[in-house]
Amino acid sequence: MPYNCVVLAKQVPDTAAVTGKAMNDDGTVNRSALPAIFNPEDLNALELALQIKQAHGGTVTIMTMGLPSACDVLREGLYRGADRAILITDRRAAASDTLATSYILNCAIKKLSDVDIILCGRQAIDGDTAQVGPQAAEKLGIPQITYVEELLSLCDRTITVKRNVGAGWEKVRATLPVLLTVMDTANEPRPCGVKRLLKYKKARSQSELAKEGATEAAVQSLKDKNLLIDQWDLDYLDADMQWCGRNGSPTKVNRIQSVVLSASGYKEIAPTDEGLRDMVHELIVDHTIG
Amino acid sequence: MIEVNRNGEVWVFAEQQDGQLSEVPLELLSRGRELADKLSVKLGAVLVGDNASPLVEELSAYGADKVYLVEDPLLGVFQTSSYTRVLCELIEKHKPQIVLYGATAVGRDLAPRVASAMKAGLTADCTDLQIDDFTESRSKVVHKNLLQQIRPAFGGNIIATIVNYDRWPQMATVREGVMPLPERNGTIRAEVVSESIKITPEDLPLEILSRHFEAKKVNLKASRVIVAGGAGVGSKENFKQVWKLANVLGGAPGASRAAVDLGFIESDYQVGQTGTTVRPALYIAVGISGAVQHSAGMSDSAKIVAINSDPDAPIFQVAHYGIVGDLNVVIPKLIKAIRAKS
Ligand SMILES: Cc1cc2nc3c(=O)[nH]c(=O)nc-3n(C[C@H](O)[C@H](O)[C@H](O)COP(=O)(O)OP(=O)(O)OC[C@H]3O[C@@H](n4cnc5c(N)ncnc54)[C@H](O)[C@@H]3O)c2cc1C
Ligand SMILES: Nc1ncnc2c1ncn2[C@@H]1O[C@H](COP(=O)(O)O)[C@@H](O)[C@H]1O
Repeated sequence: MPYNCVVLAKQVPDTAAVTGKAMNDDGTVNRSALPAIFNPEDLNALELALQIKQAHGGTVTIMTMGLPSACDVLREGLYRGADRAILITDRRAAASDTLATSYILNCAIKKLSDVDIILCGRQAIDGDTAQVGPQAAEKLGIPQITYVEELLSLCDRTITVKRNVGAGWEKVRATLPVLLTVMDTANEPRPCGVKRLLKYKKARSQSELAKEGATEAAVQSLKDKNLLIDQWDLDYLDADMQWCGRNGSPTKVNRIQSVVLSASGYKEIAPTDEGLRDMVHELIVDHTIG
Repeated sequence: MIEVNRNGEVWVFAEQQDGQLSEVPLELLSRGRELADKLSVKLGAVLVGDNASPLVEELSAYGADKVYLVEDPLLGVFQTSSYTRVLCELIEKHKPQIVLYGATAVGRDLAPRVASAMKAGLTADCTDLQIDDFTESRSKVVHKNLLQQIRPAFGGNIIATIVNYDRWPQMATVREGVMPLPERNGTIRAEVVSESIKITPEDLPLEILSRHFEAKKVNLKASRVIVAGGAGVGSKENFKQVWKLANVLGGAPGASRAAVDLGFIESDYQVGQTGTTVRPALYIAVGISGAVQHSAGMSDSAKIVAINSDPDAPIFQVAHYGIVGDLNVVIPKLIKAIRAKS
């Protein structure tokens, strides 16, 4: 039987490729030093969804909450095989912590009908929190299976997966709907399809079109070609503002500091027999070794 | 959601599996003790499971004033939903001001679900916790004695301090090993608060078909001496030099993530932000550049020796002894020097 999958994907700064200073002198994060990418483990979530579609039929919807520039991630999802892309963007969603983000994503998922499986990455590399998935599952009132490494079977409305539990693994079964968080070890994400890339590179959201100054006719033509990325705001989601953005975020950043290794001044040891002998002697005398 | 409650206790989720406590809750009890003393409130441990009561004694010995005990055959194996129900009911009834969890596979699965159900804040993977006042930047309102939740962010490039002042409890997960394991004290007797919480079939939506656990290959946290190799070691073959130096010193080998990624050694040996946090008496870093994510897991070592051919490698900034040179030359000489002395 076919399954409808929703993949939650986040655009993140590439924290592994920090060029220059991570922080501005005024203590804010220097985003320009960090190129924006598709959160790596969300690609694994997308790949798993695409594999489910290939094996059983159904649909794959990719959804992101962020600035209009996060459409890059949505397009990348379309290049790889997603059927539909949804951007959730609204100024009032700014400064959302994981609790508010999961509330908003949950409102958006509820706007879709017949969702069977929601797939998240295990965690996003900007904060490594791994909270949004479980929190969205709680808000949707469905079970979560975190750290999924392998899909063992999917049949009727029953899913069986192998999950990583740190010091080992567990095989668990659940009835749909369910939310999975997927590990990077689960699969090898497929590259973008060339044909799909040529087709979907023209896909745009309303706010991108507005910025580009597109005419009414151009917008309509994109829509007709199924190249208009859905764009939803908090009003469309019927979201309760109390749980969105800064208001809905119990955690507040008190302070941010750059990591500077404090040079304490070390003793330089010559790489010679004599130098090393003296160092070993010191370490024995102060009972570090011996 | 519970209201801000200055007399609330400090709680630690006492993660256990098959009647064995993991080390994190014990580490958390030591810091929890400090936080509770500073706030002049009691320190509680939340123990959930089937026949978990034998662990009460251990939790008292590590500093808990109270143990909240919830036993049920249906709670024998961890499931997110059933444990979430237990935690939420306990929190609503007893209104703790702080709840801490280990940032383990279980803690990172459970805590966000509890936070969502309680509409409370949660900070993941803290490396330090303190009590301090916080002033809101706009209104200048001062909140006294909040939990300062300190954690690396942006891949370890920055350190953020997070607070939550309006919706409680204040909750955090804490990485294993970042807080030292306290001494056991046999004389303390915790008060046991037994609670019975009804678990229904809806609380157990998963069927656990099988489980498999492997003991870690090495307990780096318990090693007095660690000799860690990095990408600079060059090959798996050459990594034998690292093992040899570790053996001569009666220590354990460790590694940077680059060395693990290159296949020189297994991931159980990785030190750092995404590996193990260690604080041995002696840490020798061989061919490791000293990226912040690596230093985060070893800079509290009592003595650090860095061996690196690049005099500008950041590892020298956390080192007590620095040896600029080729590790292939230095290690054999160092082994010789150690053998000559002992
Ligand atoms: C989110 C995140 C989490 C991370 N977590 C961790 C973690 O937990 N632990 C970790 O270690 N890393 C972690 N990293 C990776 C970290 O950023 C570094 O990439 C890694 O630590 C580098 O390992 P290295 O020092 O062995 O390799 P390199 O940086 O390549 O350094 C090799 C060093 O060897 C020296 N060298 C080369 N040849 C010789 C020789 N013959 N003799 C002596 N010296 C020589 C070189 O001068 C150089 O300094 C993480 C990164 C990210 C983004
Ligand atoms: N803004 C967002 N938009 C879409 N998905 C998100 C967003 N934030 C988090 N997620 C999903 O939740 C997972 C965990 O994120 P985090 O809790 O930030 O580590 C990510 O891998 C995504 O699948």
